[in-house]
Amino acid sequence: MSTEKQLFTISVYTENNIGLLNRISAIFQRRHINIESLNTSPSEIEGVSKFTIVVNMTDENMKKIIGQIEKQVEVIKAYYHKDEDTIYQESCIFKMQSDLLFEERQIQNIIKDSNARIVTVNKSFFVIEKSGRKEEVDLIYKELKPFGILQFTRSGRVSVSKQPMEISQMLTAFN
Amino acid sequence: METQTIKNKETDLTVTERISGSEAIVRCLIAEGVKVLYGYPGGAIMPVYDELYKYQDKIHHVLTRHEQGATHSAQGYARISGEIGVAIATSGPGATNLITGIADAQIDSTPMICITGQVPSHLLGSDAFQETDIVGISSPVTKWNCQVTKASQIPEAIAKAFFIAKSGRPGPVLVDITKDAQFEEFDFSYQKCTKVRSYVPVPKTVSGTLEAAAKLINGAKKPMIIWGQGVVLSEAEEAFKAFVEKSGIPAAWTILGASALPTSHRLNVGMLGMHGNYAPNKLTNECDVLIAIGMRFDDRVTGDLTKYAKQAKVIHFEIDPSEIDKNVKTDVAVLGDAKATLTAILPLINENTHTAWHQEFKDLYAIEYEKVIKDDLYPTKEGLTMGEVIHQINVHSNGDAAIVTDVGQHQMIACRYAEFNKTKSNITSGGLGTMGFGLPAAIGAKMAAPEREVVSISGDGGYQMTIQELGTIFQQKAAVKVVVLNNDFLGMVRQWQQLFFDKRYASTEMINPNFVAIAEGYYLKARKVTKREDLAAAVKEMMESKEAYFLEVCVEKEGNVFPMVPSGASVSDIRLS
Repeated sequence: MSTEKQLFTISVYTENNIGLLNRISAIFQRRHINIESLNTSPSEIEGVSKFTIVVNMTDENMKKIIGQIEKQVEVIKAYYHKDEDTIYQESCIFKMQSDLLFEERQIQNIIKDSNARIVTVNKSFFVIEKSGRKEEVDLIYKELKPFGILQFTRSGRVSVSKQPMEISQMLTAFN
Repeated sequence: METQTIKNKETDLTVTERISGSEAIVRCLIAEGVKVLYGYPGGAIMPVYDELYKYQDKIHHVLTRHEQGATHSAQGYARISGEIGVAIATSGPGATNLITGIADAQIDSTPMICITGQVPSHLLGSDAFQETDIVGISSPVTKWNCQVTKASQIPEAIAKAFFIAKSGRPGPVLVDITKDAQFEEFDFSYQKCTKVRSYVPVPKTVSGTLEAAAKLINGAKKPMIIWGQGVVLSEAEEAFKAFVEKSGIPAAWTILGASALPTSHRLNVGMLGMHGNYAPNKLTNECDVLIAIGMRFDDRVTGDLTKYAKQAKVIHFEIDPSEIDKNVKTDVAVLGDAKATLTAILPLINENTHTAWHQEFKDLYAIEYEKVIKDDLYPTKEGLTMGEVIHQINVHSNGDAAIVTDVGQHQMIACRYAEFNKTKSNITSGGLGTMGFGLPAAIGAKMAAPEREVVSISGDGGYQMTIQELGTIFQQKAAVKVVVLNNDFLGMVRQWQQLFFDKRYASTEMINPNFVAIAEGYYLKARKVTKREDLAAAVKEMMESKEAYFLEVCVEKEGNVFPMVPSGASVSDIRLS
């Protein structure tokens, strides 16, 4: 068992109830574990929510945390995966001054090379959107930064696992 | 509150009736069989109290003197009866005063339901008078909680609360109900909850694990059982006894597990942990198979985990999957309810006696008896010991009393020396170590089991944290026997200051009031003992009293509790002096 810290993506299927976010985040807070990113959304099953949480910890502690998460009454099931076992994406948007788009040719190259896209352009600003892996988002940020970024927002990781997570079957078994 | 609970079809025919949310709350409690609840009224819960007034022939409300007392009384009620204890309070400070008891119930797996009033829903988040985010505050210390803002949500929330609090590994549940929801009228019907989609109370026993456990047990030369409250909570006492007797394995207990097997049972080898018995602590590090049943390897039990039972194969019978490998790495995890798994494993276990191995426990007990126990129970030097008081209580109760303790030296001494013939007889705050727990918990215990003798044992420190509950004893005529072992110190902290802080007694000396006068102020019979020759008669008088009785025993000021596993040391390094 590895005692080295590594990135894990946790997927938690839950009931859609007020207060559950508080309970789940408290599990990390209580153990002084920093959450790298956290995303909540509806899942593939109607009425079931999904938390996608990225943390950096040891394999042994990861197993214990999963136990604590699943112990919550309104958690249906929790999984954890290493990066190589998931397909994951992050998304980010940049707001920049419109004149840069015409004065700095380099920006258009960055957009093209990084497979980003322009969402909107008006007289004063334009918005670039980029989805990809963490490193790709890091890279485009680094490249655009020298030109002056007015606003930058980055999403939490969203991910699907390569192996199935059989929640539907599990819910059928409950009923 | 949109969670899917599966409706029980048999009770689907319940007739509906138009009533208020507050009446619905009381009706739900009655439907769940609640006969007693503990609480304190206030603005946001007044509609419920109005209904409690109307239903007082069906449900008895006990006015404690502080909301913390209400939670501990509800805990005492739950611990002696195995039923759910119920506490009720108003919003704001009423609700926050419940928190210590809730945290205590969470860490000691006590089934409890707390109902709190809340400001009207349109004022939520406005910093209204007596508004506090009790759902947020209580989340980390409840098994489940929720806020209800509509009367129509009340039955489902309360039904769910009762199901969750008691099923699986029990715990506290809080339901926060806004005042407008209490006033609102709706069509009431009640169905008990029997299932919650996202919740598995008892995990399935993994196939093959019982056989693997039995194989290890049958092959063991020096096996040892360590059991905890799981045996009591699953009412597995008989199955456990059968398992212990057939296997012939020495069995030691955590303080929450105490009394599940009678103290006098030949295979009961005593208490584990920091102030536990010498033999089971020492031999934990010599056994070849360690069989943990319904216990969670608390640090007060294990000491230094890196030097804990490293030589042994570990089998863990456990209902909560998150406990497996949490503190101690398990070789075989037997998931499930202890009663079911112990019953299932019994036919697979070979009969054995382990005579030579038992002798090792007896030899170490003899050492502990000479160096510690003899002087604790039968002292010859001047100065009363806590141990001799417990011994007198044993003598005059014949070991049939329920002993409710507070936290500190007296607690360790009581757990070590109290004799238990019956299960659910040791009621104490184990995990949280809540000073002030004992007195109110004893009230709840006595009310749940009026036929039993209930003795509350406190130190002079913890006693004064909830001393006002003497008022509850008086008003309820609860015949609790209240013993204070007074050493004019916060004794356990003082012991640590003596041993580890060069006797710098920072803020541990207590200048105490006249405890007898205070008890008499509450119209209780009261007596104070300072000399050995008066002790037996005083304890006898107390035990024979039909009413509540207060007994203060002035014990030696600087007595220490031994044996002791110093904090962070290995269980093998247990000290006898």
